[in-house]
Amino acid sequence: MTTPNNLVYDRPEAFTEMPTHYCPGCTHGVAHRLVAEVLEEMGMIDKTIGVAPVGCAVFAYNYFDTDFVEAPHGRAPAMATGIKRVLPDRVVFTYQGDGDLASIGMGEIVHAAARGENLTVIFINNANFGMTGGQMAPTTLPGMKTSSSQNGRDVETQGYPIKVSEMISTLDGVGYCVRRSLHDPKNIRLAKKAIRTAFETQVRGLGFSMVELLSTCPTNWGMTPVNSLKFVEEHMIPAYPLGDYKISDAIKQIKV
Amino acid sequence: MPKELWKGNEAIAEASVRAGLEAYFGYPITPQTEILEYLSRRMPELGRAFVQAESELGAINMVYGAACTGVRVMSTSSSPGVSLMMEGLSYIAGTEVPAVLVNVMRGGPGLGNIAPAQSDYNQAVRGGGHGDYPRIVLAPASVQEAIDLTALSFDLAEKYRMITMIILDGSTGQMMEPAEMPTMMEIKRKDFEWATTGAMNRERRVLSSIYLNPLDEEKTNLRLLKCWQDVQASEVRYKEYFLDDAKYVVVGFGTAGRVALSAVREARAQGIKVGLLRPITVSPFPYEALDQLTGQAEAFLVTEMNMGQMLDDVLLTVRGRVPVEFYGRPGGVVPFHNEILDEIKRIASGPLTVKSNPRDSWLTRMAA
Ligand SMILES: Cc1ncc(C[n+]2csc(CCOP(=O)(O)OP(=O)(O)O)c2C)c(N)n1
Ligand code: SF4
Repeated sequence: MTTPNNLVYDRPEAFTEMPTHYCPGCTHGVAHRLVAEVLEEMGMIDKTIGVAPVGCAVFAYNYFDTDFVEAPHGRAPAMATGIKRVLPDRVVFTYQGDGDLASIGMGEIVHAAARGENLTVIFINNANFGMTGGQMAPTTLPGMKTSSSQNGRDVETQGYPIKVSEMISTLDGVGYCVRRSLHDPKNIRLAKKAIRTAFETQVRGLGFSMVELLSTCPTNWGMTPVNSLKFVEEHMIPAYPLGDYKISDAIKQIKV
Repeated sequence: MPKELWKGNEAIAEASVRAGLEAYFGYPITPQTEILEYLSRRMPELGRAFVQAESELGAINMVYGAACTGVRVMSTSSSPGVSLMMEGLSYIAGTEVPAVLVNVMRGGPGLGNIAPAQSDYNQAVRGGGHGDYPRIVLAPASVQEAIDLTALSFDLAEKYRMITMIILDGSTGQMMEPAEMPTMMEIKRKDFEWATTGAMNRERRVLSSIYLNPLDEEKTNLRLLKCWQDVQASEVRYKEYFLDDAKYVVVGFGTAGRVALSAVREARAQGIKVGLLRPITVSPFPYEALDQLTGQAEAFLVTEMNMGQMLDDVLLTVRGRVPVEFYGRPGGVVPFHNEILDEIKRIASGPLTVKSNPRDSWLTRMAA
């Protein structure tokens, strides 16, 4: 097949042929694509080992054309640690939702970050447990209705949201920790740049890198895809400010 | 190689290094901590991976990750820690990757105590983690055997792509004995056709244990069973003592088997025709050897440092053909050899009947 010379958009080579299973309007698909594009641009498809979570991205291994392993719920950073410690010259990344990373897997992520494991974590914050039907997550906003906070999250009884990037960035082992959003093209471009920097951080052995991505879950939020994007902009970003939470000096020198 | 004085736990650590251990992940818990401590020095000195994980959950999932790359990897723990590892073990079984786990058992349930016990037999041989999967379980009774079985455990794990577990108790882990250590094996990374090491000029690989279609999961379960039948056919190991003319047969593994051997020797000196079968693989269990002995034995005595967990396997084999008696010391109590000797004498003086469950009469005697 010849490539038309006005082609501006194509399937990244780092993707397999498999169509994704995500709901219409879900930004998991966008996040996947960004990771795939970065792996391809960096020429690392062949040396990457991905670690899939338990959550909607459980089938991530079907979509990336790289070696992949499937972790128990929340344990991806520990599995990734095991892989990276025996294969230090490979690229290892985990892809985790907020239930996976901030609830059941809080211990694993904090300690992988504290140890300064040379891995990259793509953290999808959609403020709920998507896969199991939209229950409250540690990241659910105060007052937000979910299937297990049906009157809206009551912080008196259900606690406060956990701001993961703010927390992780306090750890000395972390080289790079930023929060971006996937709600419009400009922010998607910024997210891609951050993912690229995160992988560069790993390749150069500069420590733990994590990109938190504010994401949508139209299905469980009970919103149209467009309204979901608006919800991210109007409600998620004020609660989870976008920004660079930690960029070590060595990483600041990296030009991507 | 000459014999050297080795402490059980450290012997296991060094034996694993010499067997080609490339990565160790663990968490402190008595009475196995010396393994972790020893390897914290030994592994980095050889340029191999060592991580003291944040928890047993962390440790076993690091093992799982490293196992996916096809290297020799191990964790060690003791009862409460092994309970935490059960999630990871089930995933390792479901993904069919090889790994070694050592459980230096202590008294339980709960936090229990740190004294030697055989409290986790059922957890070890019956699965422990969720799902339908078998597992190889080796039970050493001396420091030398712990060394030999450590080396074997890696071969078996790789051969059958499954977890091999070594269960011993605090006394074998803590005692020092003269033992011979094998020479250092050279590490040669094998290119397993399933290992996820980065695609590098080959088709990509995926390791997972998800089979959304029940028919696929069923197929996987049946494949695990088929593989297990191969293990049962080739890997049963046990030791026999004085069984040729034995009228009474004691069955015990690990330390309980070792104490029983002293009792059997003394009973022999007193003219009682008694022998000992000591399973080394408690899974696969030596059902066949025991079945054959059922033709010759007038009674069996099962002795364990628990409330009769292996006893059920013996009862399954004997199937009421001859009387089976039980003597156990749970909770971290190690039986003295004269306690077992008394049991042997009691059985030899008969008459015994086949009871519904020998555990009942044992409990009555214990309470008295
Ligand atoms: C040990 C364990 N507990 C619970 C579950 C059920 N479970 C599956 S996915 C999930 C939540 C995932 O949510 P999140 O990580 O936010 O990902 P999302 O689906 O929103 O992308 C839960 C609780 C499980 N599979 N394993
Ligand atoms: S349930 Fe939510 S997070 Fe999961 S695929 Fe659908 S929209 Fe995305």
